[in-house]
Amino acid sequence: MQISDFLRGSPDGVDVSGPKLIASFELFGITINLTETVVLSWAIVLGVFLLLNWLTSDMKTKNISKKQVVAEWAVQTIYNLVEDSMGKHWRKFAPYIGALFTFSILGSLISMLGLRSVTADFNVPLTWALITFVMIHSTNIRTHGFGGYLKGYAEPVPVMLPMNILSEVATPVSMSLRHFGNIVSGMIITSLLYFALSVITKKIGIALFTIGIPAVLSLYFDLFSGFMQAFIFIMLTMVYISNADANAEA
Amino acid sequence: MENNELIAKAIVLGASALGAGTAMIAGVGPGIGEGYAVGKACEAIGRQPEGSGAVTRTMFIGCAVAESTGIYSLLIALLLMFANPFLNKLG
Repeated sequence: MQISDFLRGSPDGVDVSGPKLIASFELFGITINLTETVVLSWAIVLGVFLLLNWLTSDMKTKNISKKQVVAEWAVQTIYNLVEDSMGKHWRKFAPYIGALFTFSILGSLISMLGLRSVTADFNVPLTWALITFVMIHSTNIRTHGFGGYLKGYAEPVPVMLPMNILSEVATPVSMSLRHFGNIVSGMIITSLLYFALSVITKKIGIALFTIGIPAVLSLYFDLFSGFMQAFIFIMLTMVYISNADANAEA
Repeated sequence: MENNELIAKAIVLGASALGAGTAMIAGVGPGIGEGYAVGKACEAIGRQPEGSGAVTRTMFIGCAVAESTGIYSLLIALLLMFANPFLNKLG
């Protein structure tokens, strides 16, 4: 929806569609589609890279600058969170969690700029959930041994085998669908709301309701749910992985 | 012949709309469950305010897990409304 449509009242109804295809080319016989999601992800990665580059440039041990305080606070927060929920020996895991959280939250909040949320494309949360899935099982095999890993499926009684397999498969499905569903429902509700407000504007002739109200509702549907889902995704990743760890402290 | 196709399409669309509405009844479950969880968390914080951070964090994770069923029904409803698979089956 264009801003001009928004102020004057949209001419046609609400349009809910997937990410647009920007370019498509063949490489070694495989068709590669460059969608909105891919391009916006590059933009986010570039933006985060430039931001971190600026934050971490010119670091000192004495007389530290304000931006270094911010950078140290962010790093320390992520490390503390990982240590609290996974135990001290999982400290090395913090960079992955930090990167995932940053990408998830920026990918959701990019909708505040009027662009399409990266996480409203099912491919993105599914990829993250599959990474988590691989990590859960590799941790399980590494700490329990392969025999112990297979034995874990037959616990507490061997009759539970199908249930255990089903619950393992359900983990990435539910994680990815939760993230995707929350963001996409927020996107649809906000676009329905913008449409309704623009119709009112069209009827009464002045943009009275389109000022302020969308900002307040975006606070919940975009900001809160984007932040919450990013947080829940990293928390669930950490909980599942430390549950799979045989010699966990906590 | 043309009339029959139109009627078939109308039936599929109407039934899909009913299905989307019916699917959203599942929203009741997570609503009750999350309300109960948040109520219990409030009680726990009231009893032990110093543990509010851990309680809130655990509560949010529990809420997120409880929300899954609601999200599944929402996805079914969205699928029926915006990407109806049954319309293509009409041919």
